[in-house]
Amino acid sequence: MVIMDKNSNIKKENIIEIKDVSFKYGEEEELAVKNVNLNVQSGEFISILGHNGSGKSTLAKLINSILLPFEGNVLVKGMNTKDKEKLWEIRSTAGMVFQNPDNQLVGTVVEEDVAFGPENQGVDPKLIRKIVDESLKKVDMFEYRKRPPHLLSGGQKQRIAIAGVLALNSDCIILDEPTAMLDPEGRKEVMDTIKMLNKEQNKTIVLITHFMDEAVEADRVIIMDEGELKLEGSPRDVFSKVEQIKKYGLDVPQVTELAKELKMEGIKLSDNIIHVEELVSELCQLK
Amino acid sequence: MFKNITIGQHYPIESFIHDLDPRVKIVITFLFIISLFVVNHFAAYLFVILFLSTVVILSKVPFLMVLKGLKPILIIIIITFLINVFMTSGEVIFSLGPLDITKEGLRQAGFMGLRLILLIMGTSMLTLTTSPILLTDGIESLLNPYKKIGLPAHELAMMMTIALRFIPTLMEETEKIMKAQKARGADFESGNIFKRAKSLVPLLVPLFVSAFRRADDLAMAMEARCYRGGENRTRMRQLGITKKDIYAGIFTLIYLGIVIYSRFYW
Amino acid sequence: MSIKIENLTFKYSEGTQFETKALDNINMEIKKGEFIGIIGHTGSGKSTLIQHFNGLMKPEEGDVIVEGKSLKNKKTKLKLIRQTVGLVFQYPEYQLFEETVYQDVAYGPKNLELDEKEIKKRVKYALELVGFDYEEIKDRSPFDLSGGQKRRAAIAGVLAMKPEYLVLDEPTAGLDPAGRNEILGQIEKLHKKSKITVILVSHSMEDIARLVKYIYVLNKGKLHMEGTPKEIYSQSEELKRIGLGVPQIVDIMKELKEKGFEVNTNIFNIQDAKNEILKVIRSNENV
Repeated sequence: MVIMDKNSNIKKENIIEIKDVSFKYGEEEELAVKNVNLNVQSGEFISILGHNGSGKSTLAKLINSILLPFEGNVLVKGMNTKDKEKLWEIRSTAGMVFQNPDNQLVGTVVEEDVAFGPENQGVDPKLIRKIVDESLKKVDMFEYRKRPPHLLSGGQKQRIAIAGVLALNSDCIILDEPTAMLDPEGRKEVMDTIKMLNKEQNKTIVLITHFMDEAVEADRVIIMDEGELKLEGSPRDVFSKVEQIKKYGLDVPQVTELAKELKMEGIKLSDNIIHVEELVSELCQLK
Repeated sequence: MFKNITIGQHYPIESFIHDLDPRVKIVITFLFIISLFVVNHFAAYLFVILFLSTVVILSKVPFLMVLKGLKPILIIIIITFLINVFMTSGEVIFSLGPLDITKEGLRQAGFMGLRLILLIMGTSMLTLTTSPILLTDGIESLLNPYKKIGLPAHELAMMMTIALRFIPTLMEETEKIMKAQKARGADFESGNIFKRAKSLVPLLVPLFVSAFRRADDLAMAMEARCYRGGENRTRMRQLGITKKDIYAGIFTLIYLGIVIYSRFYW
Repeated sequence: MSIKIENLTFKYSEGTQFETKALDNINMEIKKGEFIGIIGHTGSGKSTLIQHFNGLMKPEEGDVIVEGKSLKNKKTKLKLIRQTVGLVFQYPEYQLFEETVYQDVAYGPKNLELDEKEIKKRVKYALELVGFDYEEIKDRSPFDLSGGQKRRAAIAGVLAMKPEYLVLDEPTAGLDPAGRNEILGQIEKLHKKSKITVILVSHSMEDIARLVKYIYVLNKGKLHMEGTPKEIYSQSEELKRIGLGVPQIVDIMKELKEKGFEVNTNIFNIQDAKNEILKVIRSNENV
């Protein structure tokens, strides 16, 4: 089932277009991604949810042209990921941040690592300096520029990885479970950075996660299961389907579940509560 | 336990020596090593010591730090010294049972010992005053001319960088796995050499598995950041020869001249 | 019988300017049969503390007494202590190394120099305890299992030592909700079935709230608070101040109370919250 976003009639440029895409790994029978259609608008913040093995990471790699579709096409800013000549332009447009903070930093010093992308792009050395400093300031890690990465916390390492993508001058940032290995503090740091980049820098964000409280922050939530898009819509609409979401091996925010339980007992509440304040104020009105 | 090991330890301050171009420093170190083998009598060591002291003073690295570099190879220095003491024949000045200590032996041992000490101190000046990345940059740049004959200069440098980046991570991981296996009753310390080698399997297998996984992840992350080898690649840090480098070069050449002169004309 | 921690202090880089107290005068006693939680954010000292439980780290100041045996006493056999206190590290699947699950789980018992028959018995016992079908799993390669299965196999590797205390460091780190529930469910069953003492170390309040009977909160190497979950969660402000979250339900109940809703705030699961809110609303209706 696909639920249309209420705002989808507003015309905006699609930065990512996924058309009838299927993918399977090697000789495997099973499709990891099945006939997926998805458009992401420029400046949008979407989150893709699903349990491990639901195909969400595969989908991310298809956008970045690390994997190529078995069927269908993926377009990034109108460029087909199958077009070898556009490969580097696609990867510059849609930058990726991966799950393990230890395995994606290349440089032995923070600023070296952030410079890695622009160096690969062949940017003029003087300009790289500027780009690196700016990128580090955006993620609030400028003062750590001379540190070796292994002495940073997990959250800090992920912010460096994000700075590395910003240095590529990507319009779109795809984050593949960036907080899965972090502690609550690190998760908050990274989420704050992501939200800031979306709101203030107008970056398109594709956040892949299995944390519901993170997905709630997005403009649009997509739920994947067994390689297919199962639900799509605003966090409010999607999370109101508590039973369905649980069936896909996911959780809903505790507040949503509590609201649903109360409704079943006959308490008059809105259908789609996802924030603590909403539930509290509605309950107070009943009093 | 592994965290205390620092590889090519760098002493990050600002000084005349720190500011020099890494290529210049590598070449000077190389020339310094050659000079040590040119020296053939004690008096000439005076110039070597003078040269090295000037470098140490200019670098503002505490002398104790420089001496620390000798610690890991102290045993080698002692062995070299002892071999030379006992194995050189000549005028006996002292007898220790079957072993004779000769005048020539003492001289030779002192000479060789001093050479080794100066060699280590000289090379550790290079690593103390040059960050690993700059060193890598310098090596890459010096090797660049050999690209034409098929030497993969960029690839070698990239490998060095990645190794430097991942050594601390893998050290930490080794410690973690060791502890985890110890919690399952593993014993890495006792038994004969075969037993000990066998006891390393539960440590090495997970370590290799994880290293390969990391390598896979890193390769993907590098590609995602547009890495495509050395072609068309620029560097943020440009190496450049400044006046300081020229002074350092001239100073080194004068030193080298004196050492060569001392060998042939004294 | 118990694990008793007496005035335990541990310093890093002692005698230098970098000297930091990883543990600062810790006192606690974990009695047999208990199910306790240790909470603290990264760097609070919890990893250092649990490594003292089984003698991986020796007490420098103060003492650790396991089942009446002091770790300070040179005659205390560390091997025996490590068998009594089983320690499962974070991401335990990274310690798997054998060709089959059977052999891997048998590694611990083999180190105890048990005979083949006893080893086989223990492997079967441990694998079944973590919810595997022994015959089905024993000959499979540990490297072919899914993430959650790998972790269970690794936990079985420690259980096969037949420890009386089981310490689990972040057992759900990096897992999706389904994997998290699976692991926590198994741990709960394990505690009930084998009467083993469980010490759960985590920074996830949700996980801890569901399972444990008593909580120790560490902050900057000090034992900051201790008490039943109810007692701990009633101080949500303090928990947030030291960088720890509280379950969303705790926040909801607190907000309601502040808005003049006469609810009991000592509640941290959805069912209790529902009943409490219904109770208040219905009593208001009757008035």
